[in-house]
Amino acid sequence: MADLRSLYQEVILDHNKNPRNFGELEGASHHAHGDNPLCGDSYDISVLLGEDGTIEDIRFSGSGCAISKSAASMMTHRVKGKKAEYAEVLVDEFRQMLVGELDPEAEDNELGHLKVFLGVAGRPERIKCAVLPWHTLRAALRGKEVVSTEGDADPLAES
Amino acid sequence: MTESKSKPAVDRSKMSWEEIRAQFPVLHQNVGAHPLAYLDNAASSQMPQSAIDRLMAYQTGEHSNVHRGVHMLSQRATDAFDAAREKVRRFINAGESDECIFTRGATESINLVAYAWGRKFVGEGDEIIVSAMEHHANIVPWQILCQEKGARLRVLPMTDQGVLIVDALDKLLNERTKLLAVTHVSNALGTINPIAEIIEKAHKNNTLVMVDGCQATPHMKVDVQALDADFYAFSGHKMCGPTGVGVLYGKRALLERMNPFLAGGDMIRSVSFEKSTYAPIPHKFEAGTPAILAVVGLGAAIDYLESIGIERIAAREHELLEYATAKFAELDGVRILGTAAHKAAVISFEVEGVHPHDIGTILDTEGVAIRAGHHCAQPVMTRLGVPATARASFSFYNNRQDIDALISALATVKEIFH
Repeated sequence: MADLRSLYQEVILDHNKNPRNFGELEGASHHAHGDNPLCGDSYDISVLLGEDGTIEDIRFSGSGCAISKSAASMMTHRVKGKKAEYAEVLVDEFRQMLVGELDPEAEDNELGHLKVFLGVAGRPERIKCAVLPWHTLRAALRGKEVVSTEGDADPLAES
Repeated sequence: MTESKSKPAVDRSKMSWEEIRAQFPVLHQNVGAHPLAYLDNAASSQMPQSAIDRLMAYQTGEHSNVHRGVHMLSQRATDAFDAAREKVRRFINAGESDECIFTRGATESINLVAYAWGRKFVGEGDEIIVSAMEHHANIVPWQILCQEKGARLRVLPMTDQGVLIVDALDKLLNERTKLLAVTHVSNALGTINPIAEIIEKAHKNNTLVMVDGCQATPHMKVDVQALDADFYAFSGHKMCGPTGVGVLYGKRALLERMNPFLAGGDMIRSVSFEKSTYAPIPHKFEAGTPAILAVVGLGAAIDYLESIGIERIAAREHELLEYATAKFAELDGVRILGTAAHKAAVISFEVEGVHPHDIGTILDTEGVAIRAGHHCAQPVMTRLGVPATARASFSFYNNRQDIDALISALATVKEIFH
């Protein structure tokens, strides 16, 4: 149970139940669809990027497990109002934390509250769930419409 | 020395189920602090010690290449390999062992038919029917064939309970219908289909039937002659055998008229640069060195299942299904998908408000192994309007404690999410 509580922390369960920034975004400048064909998790992320590179608005839609949905919700909450370059840094650090390349407690990082996903790092089969929204955000910011966790588009690889 | 005479048959028909369970070493381990409750048998089943021992004995004392050596080991390997084919024949009551072709698995068996029969006999405007509850392996090969040939893929529908609407065949079958592909038992829902009746209808229309028997052979008596199946495919690893081996049964007359599948060693009679002629069945479809070890292991798995008795296994699994179904009925917010009257020991379910993958993870932390996802049957999920399900599937070596562990872990799911 202790193990489970570290994975399914209250904040994760809360974002799963009450996802923030959920829905369609009218007038989005960037959009991407991401899915994990093996489990069927599937999200659309729409971004309104200002001329100075600020993420002025962001929304997500789609469905999936609690881990992927809360990751999407917390991600949108976190990057809204921030620069795209900053979001890219978060994408990298989030991925590094999940694959064990970054210890958020010991090393400098920008993750902040996103550290609640550290419990996922101990469950290799669930890492893709947490990374999917982040991978999709990066694709949207880089003008790539469709991404997948399968094949060439491995979210765990540098892209 | 022939393999089949080398060991006296063990009679397990009177052994208790706990004694039988004890013969599966993999089941006796902990997951964290919990004993393993392995309830993912529809994905892959476990191997008894006797089959594991057989693999070891073959590899340490009999292994060589088959059908070509002139030395002692090659003869031993060939004997073991051929003996396994005869065991397969007896197990599904094929008319002759030559009608039993070894493949890498059921998926390859179905692809073999789509390739070697389909590309020869299906043409533009022809039709192929697949049922609404097929595994991807019994849809996609036919879809590709239809795309290549300009043929049409049609679907035999099912009810909300997961029962095929067999009467719909009366309208679907016509003079262009070349083949009907149908699963004997649904991997996603557990439904046992009335295969004999379906085959009879198809045959009245001169339509051949390809049966996916993966979920049937481990759990019930299958008699391909009584069913009058034209093609019947199954896998070793779902019936207590190793991975990497499957069987395609086909009627001799059909197999003989088909094109070869893979080309290379063993499948030829003679080769020159001008022309090659092909070996008779089954060798025509067994190019290259087969998975000899896995075939021998499959033979041992069949021995094992038969030593318990397939009817006894079916009864045991039915009892486990009934026990689990009754326990599920007591749970609030849990819904079973697939409620056919005739069901194998599979429970596909959803817990209100919880994604199946989260269910799977939470159950795993209590030692309970289930499957979560679309079970390679996405059209079934689409038909029932769910993205995925959680699935518990039972084998004869499971017991009530396994099911109790599942029910108790489901309480944890609700505790965490509600």
